Amino acid sequence: MSIAAKPVSPASKQRFDIERVRADFPILQQKVRGKPLVYLDNAATSQKPRAVIEAISRYYEGTNANIHRGVHFLSEHATEEYEAVRGIAQKFLNAAESREIIFVRGTTEGINLVAQSYGRAHVQAGDEILITDMEHHSNIVPWQILCDERGAKLRVAPINDAGELILDEFANLLGPKTKLVAITHVSNALGTINPIRRIVEMAHSRNVPVLVDGAQAVPHLKVDVQALGCDFYAFSGHKVYGPTGIGVLYGKAALLEAMPPYQGGGDMIASVSFEKTIYNKLPYKFEAGTPDIAGVIGLGAALEYVNGLGIENIGAYENDVLAYATAAVSAIPGVRLIGTAKEKAGVLSFVLDNIHPHDIGTILDQEGIAIRTGHHCSQPVMKRFGIAATARASFALYNTKEEADALARGIEKVREVFA
Amino acid sequence: MSDLRDLYQDVILEHSKAPRNYRELAAANHKAEGYNPLCGDRFTVYVDMEGDSIRDISFQGSGCAISKASASMMTQIVKGKTKAEAEQLFDRFHKLVTGHAPANGEAELGKLAVFSGVSEFPVRVKCATLAWHTLHAALEGKQEAISTE
Repeated sequence: MSIAAKPVSPASKQRFDIERVRADFPILQQKVRGKPLVYLDNAATSQKPRAVIEAISRYYEGTNANIHRGVHFLSEHATEEYEAVRGIAQKFLNAAESREIIFVRGTTEGINLVAQSYGRAHVQAGDEILITDMEHHSNIVPWQILCDERGAKLRVAPINDAGELILDEFANLLGPKTKLVAITHVSNALGTINPIRRIVEMAHSRNVPVLVDGAQAVPHLKVDVQALGCDFYAFSGHKVYGPTGIGVLYGKAALLEAMPPYQGGGDMIASVSFEKTIYNKLPYKFEAGTPDIAGVIGLGAALEYVNGLGIENIGAYENDVLAYATAAVSAIPGVRLIGTAKEKAGVLSFVLDNIHPHDIGTILDQEGIAIRTGHHCSQPVMKRFGIAATARASFALYNTKEEADALARGIEKVREVFA
Repeated sequence: MSDLRDLYQDVILEHSKAPRNYRELAAANHKAEGYNPLCGDRFTVYVDMEGDSIRDISFQGSGCAISKASASMMTQIVKGKTKAEAEQLFDRFHKLVTGHAPANGEAELGKLAVFSGVSEFPVRVKCATLAWHTLHAALEGKQEAISTE
């Protein structure tokens, strides 16, 4: 997973034509407050290439019908297109089987599904769930709800001053009572890449399954769930150039088979009577109700777009830009980087003198630069670093070194206003 | 830059760097905590009421320049005012920062008129009004933390 440290080879530079890539994203062509848009809030949501927007339009204009139950032409085609994306997602994550791909609303719903279905079936009073100090609220709160309900305990593995998981402490917390490890692949607030394969080995040596929050990893890293060995992997479509409201939960077939349904309704049943309902097979058991068909088709187009550029090329290009931006921003007097892990992806979080991040965000916005300011739904991370908030610039495949320069100039302007 | 200077006027920057009445008030008989979950701003407002009048007022906490300056200037202007007068000021201030102030409204607000630039920045209205909402809660005697959300 350590594409983070690799330099960009001349070959991959040739394969990655940034001007062409930027032209694929209609929203990037606009001006904001009279300035060219510099969109650096990609960890919140990414922009969408024309291929995704057009796939959704094409579906509504030519294919729209409900899936899995119609005998008519449109329903058959909508079903085919929808199920084809399951295959695309399977290949994207290198899952062993397509039935291991469950379409959900996003990473949050994927985690809640596992907490409520797997968790309720396996976690009893006195058991423990192990997470880390760098989790997004969506990988904390579902486990708190489960622990409260079951009388179980949430244990939290600490991080060091660079924002890296302390593996020895993690190992110490992994005990006979641990029933599940839930960990982020890449931290949304710090950018840290966690050594997932190693963590999975440690957990599996104690027969503890591992759920990985992949929301911030999938846009930047090649993810191979079989190589990682994880039991569950969740990601959101909208952070990887797809539409909002759709995501994927990968689960090992044997685990998913044994899990009770998450939600009841249409499509997730084989037969229903008032005496006994028989649930549908995988993956439909976990897809109750009419799904976000257009969203799935948009997600398919997004993953194909990423495949077309090559995730390794994307990651190498982004790392080059992130390293450049990190150097430019950290050279500004008064800047303190939050999150300085050796292995990072996509995120540049910082604080500036005594200037509140919210003020930084407003002043950068006047320059057409969109960043995120606040706690990034990671309040425990903020507490760990003794701050209320950070300013976060987060990068995507269409960002450039010129935009990193604009960010640095914007921060200089913040300093002038507050001088 | 002109818009920015409308927002970050010198008076506001000065108050944010050196907030007035920034302390805990031992004699306080009213107190409330205000929180903006959006950005993490958090202030406690302490009030010492004598009958219906605000004898003394202070605040503590952390927040952006706008929220801190607003809290600082609020404590200066409401000291010595009655509860009703303070509430009326809040109402006028709220109209000012949301762009609904009457034509002659700024005169009545005195120094607080420097916050008129906030109306150009809708997402910052909550910053400017956090301390006022908290004062309102303190005067109403509410115990739990109030939130802008």
